Amino acid sequence: MTTLIRAEGVHKRYGTLDVLKGIDLELAEGEVLALIGPSGSGKSTFLRCVNHLERIDAGRLYFRDRLIGYEERDGKAYELPDKAIAAQRVDIGMVFQRFNLFPHMTALENIMMAPIMVKKEPKAEVRERAHALLARVGLADKAHSRPDQLSGGQQQRVAIARALAMRPGLMLFDEPTSALDPELVGEVLDVMRDLVRADGMTMIIVTHEMGFAREVCDTIVFMDGGVVVESGPPSSLLGDPRHERTRAFLSKVL
Amino acid sequence: MTTSQQTARPAVKAEIQAVPLRHPGRWVGAGVLGFVVIFLLQGWVANPRMQWEVVGEYLFSPAVLSGVGTTLLLTLLAMVVGIAGGVVLAVLRMSPNPLLSSLSGFYIWIFRGVPLLVQLLFWYFLSAVVPTIGLGVPWGPTFVQFDTNMIITQLAAAVLGLGLHEAAYMGEIVRAGIASVDPGQTEAAHALGLTRFQTLRKIVLPQAMRVIIPPTGNQVVSMLKTTSLVFAIAVPELLTSIQGIYSRNFQQVPLLTVACFWYLVATTVMNAGQHYIERRFSR
Repeated sequence: MTTLIRAEGVHKRYGTLDVLKGIDLELAEGEVLALIGPSGSGKSTFLRCVNHLERIDAGRLYFRDRLIGYEERDGKAYELPDKAIAAQRVDIGMVFQRFNLFPHMTALENIMMAPIMVKKEPKAEVRERAHALLARVGLADKAHSRPDQLSGGQQQRVAIARALAMRPGLMLFDEPTSALDPELVGEVLDVMRDLVRADGMTMIIVTHEMGFAREVCDTIVFMDGGVVVESGPPSSLLGDPRHERTRAFLSKVL
Repeated sequence: MTTSQQTARPAVKAEIQAVPLRHPGRWVGAGVLGFVVIFLLQGWVANPRMQWEVVGEYLFSPAVLSGVGTTLLLTLLAMVVGIAGGVVLAVLRMSPNPLLSSLSGFYIWIFRGVPLLVQLLFWYFLSAVVPTIGLGVPWGPTFVQFDTNMIITQLAAAVLGLGLHEAAYMGEIVRAGIASVDPGQTEAAHALGLTRFQTLRKIVLPQAMRVIIPPTGNQVVSMLKTTSLVFAIAVPELLTSIQGIYSRNFQQVPLLTVACFWYLVATTVMNAGQHYIERRFSR
């Protein structure tokens, strides 16, 4: 199995606040990894570092053995120009807590925009694929709806389809169900579960849905205070945590 | 449900009529004001010195109509310069580079701080201190050279003066528009692999338009009226034309009435247009 993501001592500071204090982590192709932990533990920040929405301050973060957002020369990491970073992100899809669909476009246009703008793919082909993706997330009849005409769960499913339209090799999910009404969480998790089962998609999921993490993830990583406290397969991490902090956190959320 | 139906209700009493509170003071006030307005209007309309036949004579005269045309052209050109400049200023203002953002702030400080009339005169008299404008290497050889008066004609001075002043205001309007777009939109676009410029053009600006369009409509209407200031540098727009006519026949008030008529026609049409555009963009 090839390694897709490799993090070595990743640090992130906001002013004087250390949000990430040396994260070491590996993710193999086809692996599904859940990041769990209390709010402020740095799990979302780490996820955002993976596609360079945040700059890291120290350490190394590789995607397919290439530094993310930087280029290493003479022992220093130089930040890449805008276009090179944009090109790196093409292969990494991201789904946000607040969906962030483009409100001035229909669901179909949201999905078609990036393949046409960024990959310069032929419009007819992209349109066909966009319709297929909408059908896949169960929204074939919503192609021409605008985001404000869709429920939260529907918007998030369009957002997943939008990310998939770029045919990414890795999907990042930043608390994808946290902004949803409880009865809409299931429809989004169903789509994600299908991605794992049918496509074997590599994913990193920041989530509070422990049941879902136990069911679909290969590895669960527990973070607290900007460090990885422990990680392992769901059965051992959720069933038999070794650290006191993990146990304390799980006792509150399970 | 059933219990509430079973409970005995008080017997319905005979309907009473509800009489709203009367406001005699309002009626008296409206009457007095109405009387004053009618009295003033009557005095104005019926005044023999108003020379309504002069108003009628000049209302559609070629000189006046050409002035109206120049006013509309000036408004259009100045707004084009103002909007283009405003977008540039807003983007510079939001740049992470402190020099670029403070230069934009400096521009806005100057062009909003100096009265427009002074700026217009400044551009008009520029040739006195900068007699020629050339293209070349700074402090090096010059390739082509023009007489400043040839490039900065009266019309160009007016467009520059009005447009550069407007850019300072439009800069703030555009900046507010861009700032109103949720940062999550930019992140989502970046995550999809769009470059900064693509994100600005396809995602941020279209959404900023909702916030930018309504005040821009106001600026257009305001610009239409502000163009009258360029009479100071003798550009033949509406007010200058009117002045030219009354300086010969001394019928100031009738001719200014003609000017008022055309300004009101233009602003009324534009306000209607703006109302339509605002409704479209508020969806």
